[in-house]
Amino acid sequence: MGVQASGAQSVPRIPFEKTTLANGLEVILHEDHSTPIVVVNTWYKVGSGDEKRGRTGFAHLFEHIMFMGSQNVPVGAFDKWLETAGANNNGSTTEDRTNYYESMPSNALPLALWLDADRMGKLLPVMDQTKLDLQRDVVKNERRQRVDNVPYGKWNETVIGALFPSTHPYNWPVIGSMADLSAASLEDVKGFFRTYYAPNNATMVISGDFNRDSALTWVNRYFGAIPRGPQLPPRPVIQGFTIPRDTFLVLEDRVTLPRLYNTWHSGRIYAPDDAPLDLLADVLAGDKNSRLYKRLVFEMQVAQDVIAFNNSTKLDGYFNVWVTAKPGHTPSEMAGLVAEEINKIVKDGITPRELARAQNTRRASFLDRMASVYGKSDRLAEYNYFAGNPDYSQQDAARYDRVTTADVQRVAAAYLTKPKVVLTIVPQGKKELMVTGGTK
Amino acid sequence: MRRTLRLHVALIGATTAAACGTPVVTTSNPVVVVPPAETFDLTKPPTLGAPPTLSVPSIVTRQLANGLRIIVVEQHELPLADMLLQVRTGGEADPAGKPGVAGLTSTMLMEGTTTRTSLQIDDQQAFLGVTISAGSGWEQSTVSLHTPTAQLDSSMTLLADIALHPAINATDLERVRKARLTALQQQRDRGPAIADRAYAAALYGSDNAYGRPLGGTELSIAALTRDDLVQFYSTFYRPNNATLLVVGDVKPDDIERRAQALFGAWARADVPSVTAANATSKATTLVLVDKPGAAQSSFRIGGIGAARSTKDYFALQVMNTMLGGSFGSRLNQNLREKHGYTYGASSGFSYRRSAGPFTASAEVVTAKTDSALMEFMKELSAIRDAVPADELARAKRYLQLGLPQGFETTRGIAGQLLPLVTNDIPLDFYNTAVQRIGAVTQADIQRVAREYIDPSRLTLVIVGDKKMIEPGIRALNPGTIVVRDARDVLGAPPTP
Repeated sequence: MGVQASGAQSVPRIPFEKTTLANGLEVILHEDHSTPIVVVNTWYKVGSGDEKRGRTGFAHLFEHIMFMGSQNVPVGAFDKWLETAGANNNGSTTEDRTNYYESMPSNALPLALWLDADRMGKLLPVMDQTKLDLQRDVVKNERRQRVDNVPYGKWNETVIGALFPSTHPYNWPVIGSMADLSAASLEDVKGFFRTYYAPNNATMVISGDFNRDSALTWVNRYFGAIPRGPQLPPRPVIQGFTIPRDTFLVLEDRVTLPRLYNTWHSGRIYAPDDAPLDLLADVLAGDKNSRLYKRLVFEMQVAQDVIAFNNSTKLDGYFNVWVTAKPGHTPSEMAGLVAEEINKIVKDGITPRELARAQNTRRASFLDRMASVYGKSDRLAEYNYFAGNPDYSQQDAARYDRVTTADVQRVAAAYLTKPKVVLTIVPQGKKELMVTGGTK
Repeated sequence: MRRTLRLHVALIGATTAAACGTPVVTTSNPVVVVPPAETFDLTKPPTLGAPPTLSVPSIVTRQLANGLRIIVVEQHELPLADMLLQVRTGGEADPAGKPGVAGLTSTMLMEGTTTRTSLQIDDQQAFLGVTISAGSGWEQSTVSLHTPTAQLDSSMTLLADIALHPAINATDLERVRKARLTALQQQRDRGPAIADRAYAAALYGSDNAYGRPLGGTELSIAALTRDDLVQFYSTFYRPNNATLLVVGDVKPDDIERRAQALFGAWARADVPSVTAANATSKATTLVLVDKPGAAQSSFRIGGIGAARSTKDYFALQVMNTMLGGSFGSRLNQNLREKHGYTYGASSGFSYRRSAGPFTASAEVVTAKTDSALMEFMKELSAIRDAVPADELARAKRYLQLGLPQGFETTRGIAGQLLPLVTNDIPLDFYNTAVQRIGAVTQADIQRVAREYIDPSRLTLVIVGDKKMIEPGIRALNPGTIVVRDARDVLGAPPTP
């Protein structure tokens, strides 16, 4: 048990009721009447990990098409009707799931449910090439805005492409490639909808200010008649893999400063080593006193920034450390210093104070993440899908409280001394700055 | 994600909570309350009941003898509090030739007090699980604290120490300066960042505070001295120029008692009033900034907007909601949902103590830069014509009914109240907001659109790959075109 600051908050449970309609739709209800706001947050169990080769980015492109109207909702009306009711809405896609939400004044709940039911049940009768082509252009611009026109923007797809085997569902980026986005066809849209957008592949969370009986009446009325879909294809699975030796990559970009990315294979969320790895990331670069920040940025002032995180999700994960070299310093220097600091933790471990800082900061963030009605709806959906139990907030928090300094030292040794992917992003014409095997 | 629109009203972050210890119920039986089919028509959207009314939390104000104003809003859902100590002076007061003083002063507050080092401040925050940050806007500098109320003794003491006893140590200043200079150098990498700088400079000119970058330039940051920061701090960080805003699981009497203990000895002084000069929009000019190889062109188009105190505030908000302040707005529907030129187009008024900018913006695929420019100009003209009644009604309802979302959490409430404090707006502002939005007419919209959006007096900035986009832009004959590169916009790097 780590050192706790006195009076540390305990993490609450999120009360809920869960039921399943005859067609397989899971419904999770959480009432909170403190503000007259209600959120509908629907997770479909499909993400970029379900995509086929040659169609990367399709799950996310499909997400966009879901806002383009359905049988009883003309093009543009989805947003207009919700805005008239004072609602905001959006969606997001990850490797594992796609979600859609509306956040609104409590009286608008039946409208959101009706709109979501219409697109779950009746998207295809009004689907056409124009909708696909338009959102294809929008998504290509989203890719430009998030990746192509952003300094260092291609780091992630470059790293995961080298880290995960080509058969691994996390081998390509959620946003996809321009070529694959161009290749997506209307037949793909129809096939994807029929396969994955069925009530038995979805979980709908209703969170906030609503009356339980009314909400269930509306849910049954609007969703009850949507037929169950065909047998779902098996979810992607992953094979264990090892990286035999360090892989060194270089990318030229329109950047002023070179940046080093070290990436190791970690593991799935909620796996036994997941929480220690998260805390290890905090100890390495979570605040000013963290090992890498303090030495490279604060004391030596050879780095402009340093970031460390363990990105774990449903099936697998990776641990990343990146460092931007200050003018006059090289990525190879950064690589040497990162290795030194990791080796110190492997050899000597961390102090109880370092662990307590990381644990206390994590515990405080739990309260914040679970706080708004949207935040709570997302936690319930995430725990339901990833942990198999919506009632998982206290277990989630407890796994961080249980971590010891020895655990952090152990995972540093077990993961961060293994072969890794080393990417250097360099200013154009400066490939000689690439980090290669020569550094210690 | 489907959108990244920036909305002026509503959509302020998160924090309510679950009640502890409430039982969790899991039922596995399918629910069977299905009403008979003939009672509803699935082809029509349901009719909605009356929307909930906006319930604005009560606001208690107090004042210490030294002039420190205290505003407390009780919100007891969670054992949390948000606390903002706001000084009513920001980058607007940067001395001539020294942009970045207010910002760097804020940064240095977190870098050590007379009794705590930078690393000790950081260690204590992380150990307590609290977040303290400092930053400056145009007209205010704020030190903010987000804390569990169980840590209030320690965290509020830390907040007060940071705000009242900064060391502004020379060694720390040099480290921070070096980091800041490097960050400014890195601005060259980002087209959108270059566009923001170029737009402010073109709109206001370097003689007006709003035309200079809040974060300073490489030249100014290199030249600032410790004395500049100390001078700014000792002039403006005074209790009679400050407000302590507290929202959360607290009681006004307790907060006043704590504030008296921590801030009561803070010495008052005469504080000069500094306000950016009022500016007027210039004849239409397009500034084209070359960003070789850019995949998108960054658009910033607009003019001088309005001060926060404007009597046109609600008319402008409703007009902007229609033009570019919502997903269903004209700019976004045209440039994104009709043409696919961009991931999102938006517009907004930046209300400040003096008239801030009105800006329409988008990141547009390079090959469609000229087409997008045409559509922008089309929409900026069309909003000056009478708007359809149903579109006006939708915008008003969107703003009115979205108001409660801003009051969901302690952070949200603080975010709603802070601009009122900054701009001397009465704190009961939200009590009449619904009604005042409701009172906006078609004639009001047309009047403010014509007054604030004049196609003959627009500043246009496009940052993109010049060799690809210049011919198309010139073919549209948009008026005076000034061609620049990133160095012209961001300034030359300082000589070491």
